[in-house]
Amino acid sequence: MTEYIPVFIFTVVALLFPFLAVGMAWIVRAGKRDAVKLEPYECGIEATTFAHDNRFSIRYYLIAVLFVVFDVETVFLYPWAVMYRKLALFGLIEMFLFLGILIVGYIYAWKRKALQWA
Amino acid sequence: MTNPWVVYLLVPMVKIVVILGAITLAAAYLSYFERRLVGFLQIRLGPNRVGWQGVLQPIADALKLFSKEDIIPTRAEKLVYLSGPVLIIVPALVVFSVIPFGPPTNLFGLLPQAIPPYLTDINVSVLFVLGVSSFGIYGIILGGWASNNKFSLMGGLRSAAQLISYEVPMGFAIVAVLLMAGSLSLVSIVEAQRQAHVWYVFPGFVAFFIYFICGVAETNRNPFDLPEAEAELVAGFHTEYSGMKFAFYFLAEYANMVVVSSMATVLFFGGWLRPFPSWGWLGFLDVVPPVVWFLAKVAAFLYCYIWFRGTFPRVRFDQLMALGWKVFLPVSLANLMVIGTLIVLFGGGR
Repeated sequence: MTEYIPVFIFTVVALLFPFLAVGMAWIVRAGKRDAVKLEPYECGIEATTFAHDNRFSIRYYLIAVLFVVFDVETVFLYPWAVMYRKLALFGLIEMFLFLGILIVGYIYAWKRKALQWA
Repeated sequence: MTNPWVVYLLVPMVKIVVILGAITLAAAYLSYFERRLVGFLQIRLGPNRVGWQGVLQPIADALKLFSKEDIIPTRAEKLVYLSGPVLIIVPALVVFSVIPFGPPTNLFGLLPQAIPPYLTDINVSVLFVLGVSSFGIYGIILGGWASNNKFSLMGGLRSAAQLISYEVPMGFAIVAVLLMAGSLSLVSIVEAQRQAHVWYVFPGFVAFFIYFICGVAETNRNPFDLPEAEAELVAGFHTEYSGMKFAFYFLAEYANMVVVSSMATVLFFGGWLRPFPSWGWLGFLDVVPPVVWFLAKVAAFLYCYIWFRGTFPRVRFDQLMALGWKVFLPVSLANLMVIGTLIVLFGGGR
């Protein structure tokens, strides 16, 4: 596991970097702040509703669910791909079965217009 | 060189400082080259006032951002809002710890023994790069949501949908490389290309094409820059970020461009290998150090990024989604099956 030690050190350094830079900039920052300036930007007019009161399209959730399905499939393919030379023909047939099931689900999702945006 | 403090702390720290400085400078100067190059493509000048031909422009920009007014909107979720820049910059930097810039070198005899110019080589580098770079999405979607601004919320959501949509074909494209290389370590993948006597872009040009286009989409660059589409979303997820907090979003975007270019170089263009590593009569090319080959290839991809920006109009969001789910996904799956079948039939050139 010793090869992960530099990764750990880099993560600590990378975490310190934004804190130090934003902190130093906070000390030398310019300008005066007032209530109107600190309102959310809304093309110059006064906002009547705010982002957290509004709703957004259900399709974003649908895409997220589809992503979970397909990304898990990808994750299963990584170890298979690394061992592919040893598995040879057996690996190829297994992959066709596995991807076949995936493709059936994919066609179903397409037919049910899950991939259709608006 | 057996003292554990030297091996596990001093050497990595020196490398980290070099890598961190190099990424920051590279990102700053990438913005300069982008502005000059887009200026050239659009038949105008671009920044050319600060220093000779404007070469000090990035320094001036950094100083300006550093001294800018730093605002926290009153309606923002303060803790989440402030963690946005941290969540996006840390993954963008940490990914560089496994990118192999070149083979072990002793810097022309300056060092007592050869050390690798990359930080570390772990046996799951590909998974590490994919996993850690996907983590950056939290910075975008949490920053966009916490700003409590409608533009930012829409930008964050679009970005999330876009990133996860293009993650899938990108993953399938990389699996095609793993089939050929049989390893998840980036260093081993480069060595496998030396042994196979061919860069993987030749057998895997479809995979490369899909990988690079998905990479452009993953980094939210033109023509897929819908999350920050200026004309409709006013900078999207970072509308409410100013000063140094904005600077970190900016830095992360350019660092991610370098990551995608580096991965394209390592996976498909032989990393630090010279062109056609098995052709003996090209041996004179070896006078160029391997690290320079690597950086030259990365620079070529970064040029393509800027070239795309100067050339393509932005796509619509439904077109973007259709391209990812209905074109790239089936094509990358078919490509995977074809390459798998060919390796079983012909042994994959090994």
